[in-house]
Amino acid sequence: MAITSSPTDPAKVSPADVLTVTVNGRPITVPRTQPDWEGRMVPTTMIQACEAAGVTVPHYCYHPRLPVAGNCRMCLVEYGVPALGPDRQPLRNPDGSLIINKSPRPAIACATPVSAGMAIYTDTPNVRAMREGVLEFLLINHPLDCPICDQAGECKLQEYSLEYGQAASRFVETKVHKPKAVDLGPRIMLDDERCILCTRCIRFTRDVVKDDALGIVNRGSYNTIAAYPGRQFDNNYTLNTVDICPVGALTSKDFRFKMRVWFLKETKSVCTSCARGCNTLIGSRENVIYRLTPRDNPEVNQSWMCDFGRLNYKWIGREDRLREVRARGSGNTGWTGALGEIARRLRAAPQGCVALIASARLTNEELYLLGLLARHLGAMTDSIPRTGDFDHILVQADKNPNSAGARLLGLAAEPMGSRLPAIADGIRAGAIRTLLVFGEDVTSRGVNADLLARLETLVVSDVLPNPTTAAAHFLLPGCAAAEKRGSFTNFQGRVQRFPKAVEPPGDARPEAEFLADLVTAVTGQKWPTSIEGLFNHMASSVPAFAGLTWAALGDLGRSVAT
Amino acid sequence: MPAEYRLILKHLDEPGYEPTLACYLRHGGYSVLRRILALEPKVSPEGKTLSPQEQLRQEVSLSGLRGRGGAGFSTGIKWSLVDRKSGKPIYLICNADESEPGTFKDRQIIHKDPHQLLEGMVVSAYANDVHLAYIYIRGEFPQGAKVLNQAISEAKAAGYLGKNILGSGYDLEIYVHRGAGAYICGEETGLIESLEGKRPYPRIKPPYFPAVLGLYQCPTIVNNVETLCAVKHVIEMGGAEYAKLGTPNNTGTRIVSLSGCVWRPGYYEIEVGKATLRDLIFDPAFGGGLRDGRKLKAIIPGGVSAKVFKAGEKVKLKARNADGREVEQEVDVLDLPYDFTSLIAAGSMSGSSAIIVLDDSVDIVEALANISEFFAHESCGQCTPCREGSLWMAKALHRMTHGEGRAMDADYLARIADNIPGGRTICAFGEACSWPVQSFVAKFKEEFVAKGKADEERRSASRQAADVPSAP
Ligand SMILES: Cc1cc2nc3c(=O)[nH]c(=O)nc-3n(C[C@H](O)[C@H](O)[C@H](O)COP(=O)(O)O)c2cc1C
Ligand code: SF4
Ligand code: SF4
Ligand code: SF4
Ligand code: FES
Repeated sequence: MAITSSPTDPAKVSPADVLTVTVNGRPITVPRTQPDWEGRMVPTTMIQACEAAGVTVPHYCYHPRLPVAGNCRMCLVEYGVPALGPDRQPLRNPDGSLIINKSPRPAIACATPVSAGMAIYTDTPNVRAMREGVLEFLLINHPLDCPICDQAGECKLQEYSLEYGQAASRFVETKVHKPKAVDLGPRIMLDDERCILCTRCIRFTRDVVKDDALGIVNRGSYNTIAAYPGRQFDNNYTLNTVDICPVGALTSKDFRFKMRVWFLKETKSVCTSCARGCNTLIGSRENVIYRLTPRDNPEVNQSWMCDFGRLNYKWIGREDRLREVRARGSGNTGWTGALGEIARRLRAAPQGCVALIASARLTNEELYLLGLLARHLGAMTDSIPRTGDFDHILVQADKNPNSAGARLLGLAAEPMGSRLPAIADGIRAGAIRTLLVFGEDVTSRGVNADLLARLETLVVSDVLPNPTTAAAHFLLPGCAAAEKRGSFTNFQGRVQRFPKAVEPPGDARPEAEFLADLVTAVTGQKWPTSIEGLFNHMASSVPAFAGLTWAALGDLGRSVAT
Repeated sequence: MPAEYRLILKHLDEPGYEPTLACYLRHGGYSVLRRILALEPKVSPEGKTLSPQEQLRQEVSLSGLRGRGGAGFSTGIKWSLVDRKSGKPIYLICNADESEPGTFKDRQIIHKDPHQLLEGMVVSAYANDVHLAYIYIRGEFPQGAKVLNQAISEAKAAGYLGKNILGSGYDLEIYVHRGAGAYICGEETGLIESLEGKRPYPRIKPPYFPAVLGLYQCPTIVNNVETLCAVKHVIEMGGAEYAKLGTPNNTGTRIVSLSGCVWRPGYYEIEVGKATLRDLIFDPAFGGGLRDGRKLKAIIPGGVSAKVFKAGEKVKLKARNADGREVEQEVDVLDLPYDFTSLIAAGSMSGSSAIIVLDDSVDIVEALANISEFFAHESCGQCTPCREGSLWMAKALHRMTHGEGRAMDADYLARIADNIPGGRTICAFGEACSWPVQSFVAKFKEEFVAKGKADEERRSASRQAADVPSAP
């Protein structure tokens, strides 16, 4: 899957590229072609035209980011095309409207291309009867175990049954029984009885992931989704099938039975596990995160995210999170005491005697403040590269969410981490006597515990304990991205902001907040303390961010100047 | 006097006729192929130069030949829809899946006269610039596959197939592909999927019209075994001559598979429309009447997918008067000429030209239960209405044939069946599985109701018996 760019810009469309159809009598002009799931330009379909007209066509198997299957038949609509005269010109009513030849057969809106003058009807008695029929068919063999189903509350079968179905069932035969609680793979459970055989999961793994792992066995009403015999459904994208499964057939082992979805608060966020920065929703309740799900962003992650990133949230709630401000010798000093003492020492530090290692997992705003501090102190700076596996779908080799930000804001060396030996040498030689470490364990990066022990002042901020935090003279508990606001710049140079989803533990504070205090205390200059203020300040002074404002980042982010 | 007209079946039942190349050649085989390979471009009356391929296709159009696989679609039009500008190869597929219950005509050709089919295929392939063709044969025909493979190797060895056919420079390979035992593999796009090695899930149209996006997304022609044989005769006789056989719009000959409660079940080749259902069932040249003095009850006229006719049913047909005016005529179903148009006009179809005759010994509910069980087993299960509806109907009918019927079941069945056909499904199997139910229930409603009532009464009687306190 190539991440391709968004649908046709309406401003660039010429009249020859558009056509007009009517949806339930209302005219709507649509582009003749639109990108399909792969980004290839293909004729606009009825369902797209209806959507443009603000008319919802119920559907199960259709998914804009998958090849069209046309199997559920929920999207059947009636339609007609203009009647033509002997001169092949459309015939018109006295009022000028087109005379429509209504097709005797319905069409599936998800796969049928529109043509000029076509009339689409989504709300006729026939269409309603067809939907009712399809829903009845889907329900006759359905176990109706909504009370114990994880999908309940976000289930398309429930929703459409309410909107388009009949109340009573006529079915008096025995239901088809199929396997329940099928262990499909390490992260996925399947309930075949709930499955409506829309094949979204099959198409996703076959066509998007290119792992042809799922299929259907048996025939007819006994059709059953299964992994290839003897094989596990195990790739790094399996959990997306849980999201796109319109019913509760595919469930996440991590999430199933843990929480009713209607209790979850959903916060728009960004994944921090690699440089892609997949857009996410954090589902939390009472300060506990229960799941991450992908949020559509055509420029970044389309509708997907990887399993690793999705499940990499548990550490946020770990018991051993750093939650106290500590100063060597004085225990828990509280923020004011510690920041005051750090500021005093930094003010006293001679130029060039301070070094700063700032994680590329910090936000743009935090890095901006650290950059100001470093320049004020004449400090040598660097960040820590973090690399791993990558693929050609989403996952980046760069595992830092904000490497681009660390570079653009001048904190990271080029290549990232190449100044670490110089920092180590400086400490060894006694030239560097104060080290600030934000969000990294430097002991495994050539600045070992022996070196740290030589420092006069070691200020460390982090979220979890490690050998570096253990050596700190001042330990400042920071926040996970989910616990604060801020923005990251992804590998494409896209700046994406995120709000706070949950509260940090104990005394932990968002880094930008206490850094603003610290930088003000050290430089004597007042710096904005709000994230908006900081971001806009950064945008006005760092050329790469010129023209951006916090507000304009919106939900989907904006690209830095190139 | 109605009689068989054997064109395709001409030799294959003659004593001593063998499925070998030598025998075929002795009977004039491959002479049509020889002739077409020698065709030169020709200037048409309108001054257009026609390639040999265009000339052949023109003959097929002229012949009025309609597909013998089930839908009766014009072969000339089908070939004209092929996308010849795509730059992709064009494939020809012979549909030898013959699985419609009651149909047993294609297998006669395959087993007894395979070279006739091969010649028909080479001619059709040549006419359409095809260099690779497949015969998709039903899995249950292992012997047929063997015969075909044998015939292919003989034909190749003798230069009628393969590279540089008869020195003409034209190459064609034909491969036999065996199905694995599924009726849906006869549906042309399901067949194509199966040939590609996938589940035979019929494709959605649009966009996957075989003529444009068929096998491996290339333009593809799918024709029935009998259709491809007919092409050979069309070219042999000339399209105009062929069109003189049969009746207008229903040209040529057709092989009818006649089965059920008649004296002489079997396959009969007739001129299309030149025999009525009455002829086919009662005439000594064909069925020879019902067995054991039984009375006719119903006729399934085109394979089990076709809507049933009830004995004595009157249907209205449109006909033209002497003065050219259109008039409606009421005829007894038995007097319907056996052709494409009349049967459609009468609300059914000639389908795969399989006539199944039911006499008054047949329990109509049992008969429908049998048919529905077949369809529930054969639905590919891809689309909702057919997948769920076919089994629902089969289960209801199973219940009815096992003493659990209800008087309301006739309506119950009809309402299930009404939600399946008419473009609600991906392929015509939706119609195939629901038409029998709709028509049986509509035309024999009293039998369904009576059976259900009887069951209800028996059940309530036995409940009452159970409620009676036993004597002390
Ligand atoms: C469910 C179903 C089963 C079919 N089975 C067969 C078959 O067994 N043999 C066949 O020739 N056509 C079969 N057909 C028809 C084919 O789809 C196709 O129309 C035919 O092969 C075209 O050939 P013709 O134009 O020569 O008739 C079937 C159609 C459907 C919907
Ligand atoms: S498991 Fe879900 S996504 Fe997959 S086919 Fe069934 S209903 Fe569709
Ligand atoms: S691809 Fe990267 S950003 Fe996206 S979910 Fe996976 S780890 Fe997170
Ligand atoms: S109509 Fe029946 S056989 Fe045809 S695609 Fe749908 S489920 Fe399969
Ligand atoms: S959405 Fe399933 S058929 Fe169109």
